[in-house]
Amino acid sequence: MTTDHATAPSSLRMDLATILMGRRVVTFASVTIALLLWEIFGRQVNPLFGSYPSAIAAAMVDLTVSGRLPNAFLQSLQPFVVGFSIAAILGIPIGMLLGRFRFMEAAFGIYVTAGNAMPLIAITPLFMLWFGLGFTVKVAIIATLSFFPICMSTWSGVKSIPKSLIEVGESFVGSRRAILQKIVLPASVPYIMAGIRLAVGKGIIAMIVAEFFTALSGLGGIILTAANNFETAEMFAPIIVLLTFAIILNAFVQWLERVIAPWHIQVTGQAD
Amino acid sequence: MALVEIQNVSKTFKTMMAGARGEVHALSGVSFSLERGEIVAITGASGCGKTTMLRIIMGLEQASGGSVVVNGRKVSACGYDRGMVFQHSELLPWRNAVQNVAFGLELKGMDKPTRVAEAQRYLDLVGLGHAAERLPHQLSGGMKQRVGIARALAIGPDVLLMDEPFGALDAQTREGLQNELLAIQAKTQQTIILVTHDLDEAVLLADRVVVMSRGRVAEMLDVRLPRPRPSLAALRGDPEFGDKRLRLWKLLKTEMDADARKAA
Repeated sequence: MTTDHATAPSSLRMDLATILMGRRVVTFASVTIALLLWEIFGRQVNPLFGSYPSAIAAAMVDLTVSGRLPNAFLQSLQPFVVGFSIAAILGIPIGMLLGRFRFMEAAFGIYVTAGNAMPLIAITPLFMLWFGLGFTVKVAIIATLSFFPICMSTWSGVKSIPKSLIEVGESFVGSRRAILQKIVLPASVPYIMAGIRLAVGKGIIAMIVAEFFTALSGLGGIILTAANNFETAEMFAPIIVLLTFAIILNAFVQWLERVIAPWHIQVTGQAD
Repeated sequence: MALVEIQNVSKTFKTMMAGARGEVHALSGVSFSLERGEIVAITGASGCGKTTMLRIIMGLEQASGGSVVVNGRKVSACGYDRGMVFQHSELLPWRNAVQNVAFGLELKGMDKPTRVAEAQRYLDLVGLGHAAERLPHQLSGGMKQRVGIARALAIGPDVLLMDEPFGALDAQTREGLQNELLAIQAKTQQTIILVTHDLDEAVLLADRVVVMSRGRVAEMLDVRLPRPRPSLAALRGDPEFGDKRLRLWKLLKTEMDADARKAA
C-alpha cells in the first residue's frame, strides 16, 4: 500500500539533533553576552553593592584552593540528596493514589494543594522545634518542599491519562494493579519528570533557607558569612555553584526522561 | 445456539438537567445474534446507540436490562472471549508494535518467550512483521490500526469487536485495510461485530447489517454478497452491491426523516 509509510526514524532523530545543536549555540551566545554586560556594568558599581564575573571567579578560585567551597558544597549536598530522595519516594506513589482513586483525592487532595502553597519561612521555626538544628531538620525542610511539586505533578499527570488508554487495560482484563503498573505508571512518567524538575528548584531554595535558619553550614553558611562581612564577590561564589548545580541536575533529569520515556519527546516534539 | 446472543438489551443513562432528574434511553430492547464465522455490521446515525451496544458487548459498560451471551456464557465484564479494536487504535505509546500486540497475552499471564513469538505471528498476519520494533509514533494511521487488530486477535477471542476501526483513515488506506480484514477473516473464520457509519463498508464487509435508530433495531438487512470477496473494487461494480447499498441508504433515510419529524 503506497499510503502506508511512516516517517523513517533515522531522519527524525537527525532533525532533533540539528535542533538541539542550534539551541545550544543560542544558549551559549546568550550566556556569553549576559556575562559580558555584567562585567562591563558591574565594574562601575561600588563593590559593596555588587560584583562582576571576574571578581567572582577570583573569589571562587580562592575559596576552592582553601577547600571551603568544595567542603561546603559536600555539606549542603548530603541533606539535599537524602531529603530529595524522601520527597520522590513519597511523592510519586501518593500522587498516583490521589490521581487514581476518587476517594483518596476527596480525602487528601486538599492537603496537598494547600501544602504546595505553604510558605517555607513560616514553617522553619516549627521544624526547628521538632527536629533540632542539625542534619535532620535540613532533610525535613528539603523533603517537605520538594515533595509537593512531585506529588502534584504526578497527581495531575495520572488525571490527564486518556480514559481510552485505561479501557485498553480493562478490555484485556487487566487487574487494577496491572493497569496501574503497565498503563498509569508509564503514561505518567513525563509528568513525574516535570515534577522532579520543579522540585529541584524548590529543593535548592529549601536547602539554603535551612542553612540560614538552622546551624549555619554549607553553601548557605558561606553566603551569610560573606554578606555579613560585605564580601560581595565571595557571597556570589556559592550562588554561582548553586545555579550551576541546578542546571546540571535539570539536564540530568531531562536525560533520564529521554532514557525512560523516549516516546514522549517524539510524540510531543518537545526536546526539553 | 448462536455464538453471540444479544437479548433485549437496554441502557438508561441518568441525567441532571437544570436540577431536574431525567433519563435517556440509549438502548431499548435490542436483540440480535451471530453465528460462528459471521460478520455483522451495526450502523445508524450518530447517537443511535451503536457504540454503546458494542461497549456493552465488550463489558466496558453494563446494560440496564437484558443480556449478552457469548459462547454460552453471560457477559458481566471484559473477558478474553471478546477482543476489542478501538476507533483510534489506542496503542500504548511506550511499547513497540510487537510489545503492543503482546499486551493482552501478557495480562493473560503467558510467559515472555511464548507471548513474543505469538505476537510476532499475529503481526505477520496483519502484514507488519517487518515493523515489530517500531514505536506507535513511527507508524502511519493504517499501520497503527493493523497493530490494534493484531492485538485483539492475539488473545484468540470468540468474537472480534470493532468500533469504527477505519473511520479515521484516508480512503485508500481504508480500502486496503478492509480488503485485508476480509482476507484475514477468510483465513481464520473469525466472528466479527463491526460498528460503522459507512454504508459502503457495512455492505462490503458484513453478512448482515443491523440498522439502529433511537436505541432500537430498526431493521436487519441480509447482505450476503458472494464469498470469498477477492476484491472490493470489483465488488463495488457488482449490481447486487448497488442494490443492497441503496436499500440500506433508504432505510436509514426513512429513520432519519422520522427522527426529524419527531423533533419538529
